Amino acid sequence: MMDQPAIEVKKVFKSFKTVQAVKGVDLQIQRGHFVAILGPNGAGKTTLVEMIEGIQIPDSGEIKVLGKTWKHHSAELHNEIGLCLQDTRFIEKLRVIETLRLFSSFYGLDNGRVEEVIDLVALDEKRRAYVVNLSGGQKQRLAIGLALLNKPAILLLDEPTTGLDPNARREIWAILNRMKQESETSMLLTTHYMEEAEQLCDYIVIMDQGIILKEGTKNDLLGENKTLDDLFIDLTGRHLNE
Amino acid sequence: MSNRLHARQLGLLIAANFREIIREPGVLFWGIGFPILMSLGLGIAFTKKPAEIRKIALVSSSSLIIKDTVVVSDEKLGSTTFIFEKMSWDEAMVLLKRGNFNLILDSKDGQPQYHFDPMNPDAQLCFLKLSRMLQGKPEVLPENAGQIKPLTVSGTRYIDFFIPGILSMGVMMSCMWGLSYGLIDKRSKKLLRRMVATPMKKSYFLMSMITVRIGMNFVESLLLVIFAWLAFGINMAVNLPALLLIFMAGNFAFAGLAVLISSRTSNTEVGNGFINAVVFPMMIMSGIFFSYHNFPDWAIPVIRMLPLTMLADGVRSIFIEGAGLLQVAQPILILTAVGALLFSAGLKVFRWY
Repeated sequence: MMDQPAIEVKKVFKSFKTVQAVKGVDLQIQRGHFVAILGPNGAGKTTLVEMIEGIQIPDSGEIKVLGKTWKHHSAELHNEIGLCLQDTRFIEKLRVIETLRLFSSFYGLDNGRVEEVIDLVALDEKRRAYVVNLSGGQKQRLAIGLALLNKPAILLLDEPTTGLDPNARREIWAILNRMKQESETSMLLTTHYMEEAEQLCDYIVIMDQGIILKEGTKNDLLGENKTLDDLFIDLTGRHLNE
Repeated sequence: MSNRLHARQLGLLIAANFREIIREPGVLFWGIGFPILMSLGLGIAFTKKPAEIRKIALVSSSSLIIKDTVVVSDEKLGSTTFIFEKMSWDEAMVLLKRGNFNLILDSKDGQPQYHFDPMNPDAQLCFLKLSRMLQGKPEVLPENAGQIKPLTVSGTRYIDFFIPGILSMGVMMSCMWGLSYGLIDKRSKKLLRRMVATPMKKSYFLMSMITVRIGMNFVESLLLVIFAWLAFGINMAVNLPALLLIFMAGNFAFAGLAVLISSRTSNTEVGNGFINAVVFPMMIMSGIFFSYHNFPDWAIPVIRMLPLTMLADGVRSIFIEGAGLLQVAQPILILTAVGALLFSAGLKVFRWY
């Protein structure tokens, strides 16, 4: 099973009422790779991640995670995946350490792993702070810490730094880069920040209006274009942040 | 996962839900302090009746000669103070429409004329008292009406009726707002979605919320009963197993209802609407503050089937009538079955994200 790709998406379609959110997407992410899905709002990035995460079912097509499907292996896959959403709010009057211990219990982990994670996301000084009193960046570091508790084979990050100030964003990138060096986790990140995709990922997938426009390494993609934004304008006639 | 790890998961979920409640002072005030304050206020209002004041609009053009204030004393029924305010007919009509008065006193050919809505019981009582006073017979009852023996023993007072009612209403409110709103709020904040992306046992999550809610309801109810015992001397010689069982059955029924109505929406405003739609009719109809026997006869059997009515009637019969397990077995079974049915239905359609 180790030769299976981390994520395999084959001709996946997904519609919501009259909106076709994902239109025949094919994507393969190899183990240990960090991949960014770059695209503006409404590109279909989140829907694609939700299908990979198992909370949306494709209308047609197939998704395999670590060679397994959600339909038949959901219990195993929950143990293998770490998830970090944009703006998840945890129990406000729970302390950082209590929140980490609670989530660690879902994986059957002991407090030793909680201490490792609290160190990894640099929240040791805030361990006794209530979640409600954390800054936006600290809350997102906690969210990443919770996603890393189970040493996931695949980390899914849905716009993890949207709304954060540049410093907080760089702190998150530092954590993720450290994880990239120290573990064999594969990561799929959705973002509309080009800098984020460039900083963190080996492979970039550009999506718009439910389809993949182009994919490859940063060098493959740029060619004559100076930046990813130039490339996006070439592909769509629009800026990425429009 | 071993049994020990399962127990740890459930224990930490219960601890998290418990901490979420007790670390919020507002929750403690509204859950524990407010029902006690309400029972104190209503208990005092209905057990220590002050002198009754009746304001009468006296048409200034009338030929009646009456002092501005007349006090009629009665040891057993309490004294009544009539306050007469002189004004024009038009002014009196405006104030009557506004509810400032419910009776206008005028005269014709030297005889008093009483203008009031005969369908309004309070206006009727005002007329009876006022007319007897003006006839020179200030006591409300005629001399041969027998003796009045005021009932003040435990079980017959308003506070004895009220405490079981507010205890039951507290259970309903706590379940509906604490569980329903809590679940909708967690869904709207994507917390449920985040939790079910882990191998967490979903049933443990709901069990922990319900366990903590029932535990809090138990503490709130216990404090309320102890307070009512100390402040008003309510009857405490009750059948404890019967009381505990009907209390648990009521909690199950409302927990099931709470899970069902919070099973789909992630919009807290829609959730507010759902909760109010369920809570308000029961609060008004189920005889919490006043007996539901004032409703039309055809409505009574329906009202008796409401979960809040069953719970309040059951608790009331235990406190007031000394009912035992056998007498409240039926509501216990029905409430438990209703809870199980609603909970199962809620789980079937429950959306975690």
